[in-house]
Amino acid sequence: MTEIRIDHVSRWYRNVVAVNDVSMTIGPGVTGLLGPNGAGKSTLIAMMSGFLSASTGTVTLDGEPLWRNEQIYRKLGLVPEREALFDYLTGRQFVVANAELHGLADPGAAAQRAIATIEMSDAQDRTISTYSKGMRQRIKMASALVHDPSVLLLDEPFNGMDPRQRIHLMELLRTMGADGRTVLFSSHILEEVEQVARQIEVMVAGRHAASGDFGAIRRLMTDRPSRFVLRTSGDRLLASALLAEPAVRGARLRSEGGIEVEASDFGRFSEVLPRLARDHGVRLHEVTPTDESLESVFSYLVSS
Amino acid sequence: MLASLCFARGPRMISPTIVRLGALSIFGRWRGALLFVLPLVLLGLSVLVRFLVGEDETGARNTLYGLGMVVIVPLIALLATSGLLAPEIDDGSISYLLAKPISRYTIIVSKLLVAAGCVLVFGAVPMLAAGLILLPGTPALGVGFAVGSLVGGLAYCAVFALLSVLTRHAVVIGLIYLLIWEGLLGGLLSGVRWLSVTRWSAELVDRIAGLSLVDNLSLPYAVIASGTVIVAGTWLTGRRLRAFNLTGDE
Repeated sequence: MTEIRIDHVSRWYRNVVAVNDVSMTIGPGVTGLLGPNGAGKSTLIAMMSGFLSASTGTVTLDGEPLWRNEQIYRKLGLVPEREALFDYLTGRQFVVANAELHGLADPGAAAQRAIATIEMSDAQDRTISTYSKGMRQRIKMASALVHDPSVLLLDEPFNGMDPRQRIHLMELLRTMGADGRTVLFSSHILEEVEQVARQIEVMVAGRHAASGDFGAIRRLMTDRPSRFVLRTSGDRLLASALLAEPAVRGARLRSEGGIEVEASDFGRFSEVLPRLARDHGVRLHEVTPTDESLESVFSYLVSS
Repeated sequence: MLASLCFARGPRMISPTIVRLGALSIFGRWRGALLFVLPLVLLGLSVLVRFLVGEDETGARNTLYGLGMVVIVPLIALLATSGLLAPEIDDGSISYLLAKPISRYTIIVSKLLVAAGCVLVFGAVPMLAAGLILLPGTPALGVGFAVGSLVGGLAYCAVFALLSVLTRHAVVIGLIYLLIWEGLLGGLLSGVRWLSVTRWSAELVDRIAGLSLVDNLSLPYAVIASGTVIVAGTWLTGRRLRAFNLTGDE
C-alpha cells in the first residue's frame, strides 16, 4: 500500500505563510485537493513532489522522505500545472525521453502504452509546440504514467481541457484509483473534484479546512446560498422566470449584460436552470459561479 | 570517448537522454544561431587580418587572444551553458528531468558535456583554424590557443552553470562578470591574473605556443586553478540542484 503522509507541515516564503500546520494522509484511491486559488494547494503538491522543502514538519511516501530523495520518483508520477514542455520534441519523443530517464527496459513500448492510454496516438508525431492546451495536458499525463507509478500527483489537471477531454481524464483517474493507485489531484472547482474523488481534502488560506468523502463536503457546501453569473440570449425573460422559482433567492440584471443569480439551494437550482431556459426558449451561453461565491463557500467551510 | 569512459563506471555520471535533449534544446532556440555566428566572426576577421597585414605574429596574437580568447570563447560558454539550464529553470520544464530517479550530478554533468561539446566545436576548433589562417607556418600557435580555449571554456561553463542555478539573471550577471572582471580589470590590474579564467588559459597558450600573454603565472597554478573551478563549479551546481526549490505558479 502506498501512502503519502503529511505531518504538521508548514511552509513559508519569507514572512508569507503558504501552508500552515497541515497534516493529512493520502492513501490508495482518488483524492481531490480542493481550495480556491492561493490556498496553498500547489505548495503542498510541490512538497509531496519532492520539489520543495517543508519549513517545519515532514512529508513522506511510505515512510521515506520526499525531499532530496531521487529514488522516490520510481514510485511517483507528476503532472505539473505549468504548461512548459520540451516544445522542440514531438509528443512521442518527449514520452520516450521520460521513459529512458526512468531507466525502463523498453522505453519505446512503455511510451506507446502511455500514449495509447491517454489517446494521443494520432498526434504523437507532431511537435509539442503545435499542441493545444488540452493536448499538452495529456502528453504531460503520458509522461507521468510511462513508468507505471503507484502514486500520481496532478496539479490542476483539468485546466484548459474541453468537456470531452475532461470526461476522459476523469475516467482515467477513476480507473487508476480503482486499480489501487494513490491518485491526488488539485482543483478549485468542487464539481470537478466530486465527480472523481472518493476523498476530498479542502485547503483554505494555507490551512487544512475540511476532510471527508464528497457527500460530507457537499452537504457542508450546498446547504447555503451560492451565486452565479449567467450569460444568456434573453437575460430579462430568464431573470423573471428565475425569480418565480423557490430555489432562487434573487436575480439581478447586470449593467454590463448577464444575470447575477443567488440560489438558495444549489442542487435544485442546477436542475431548474436548464429546464427554465428550454421552456422559455433562452439560450445559455455561460454559467459561472462567481469568485466571491467560491470564496464564500470556503470561508463558510472554515467558519463551520 | 569521455562518454564511454563514464558509462563503464558504476553509478552513471552521464545520461545519453539528457545529452540528446540538451543538444536539441540548444539548436532549437535562437541561441543556437549565435553559436554559429561567433566563430564565423572570428574566422572572418582572421582572414581579413591575414589579408591586410600578412603573416604577422603580433596581429595573429592580438586577434586570437583579444578577440578569440577574451570575447568569443567566454561568450560561447555563456550561451551554451545558460541556454541549457536557464530556460528550463525559468519555465519549470526542468521538473521533467528532476522528477526522475537520476542523480542531480548526472543531470549537471550531462548538460555540461553538451556545453563542453559546444566549446570544442564552436570555440576550440575555430581557434585552431584561425591560428592556421593567421600563421600557417606556426601550427603550435593554433594548437596552443585551441587547448587554452578548451580548458578556459570548460571552466567558464562550470561557472555559468552555477550562476544559472543560483540566479534567474545568469546571462546578465555572466556578461557583467566577463566585461568588468575578465575584460576590463583583467587588462588593467595584473593581480587579477590569479583569479581570472582567461589568464589561466593564456598561461597554457604561453607554454604551448611559446608566447608571453600573461606574466608571472606558473603552469601548475593555471592547471590546478582551472581544474578546481571545473570540478567545484560542477559539484556545487549539482548540490544546489539537489536542494532546488521549484514551486508552481502560486
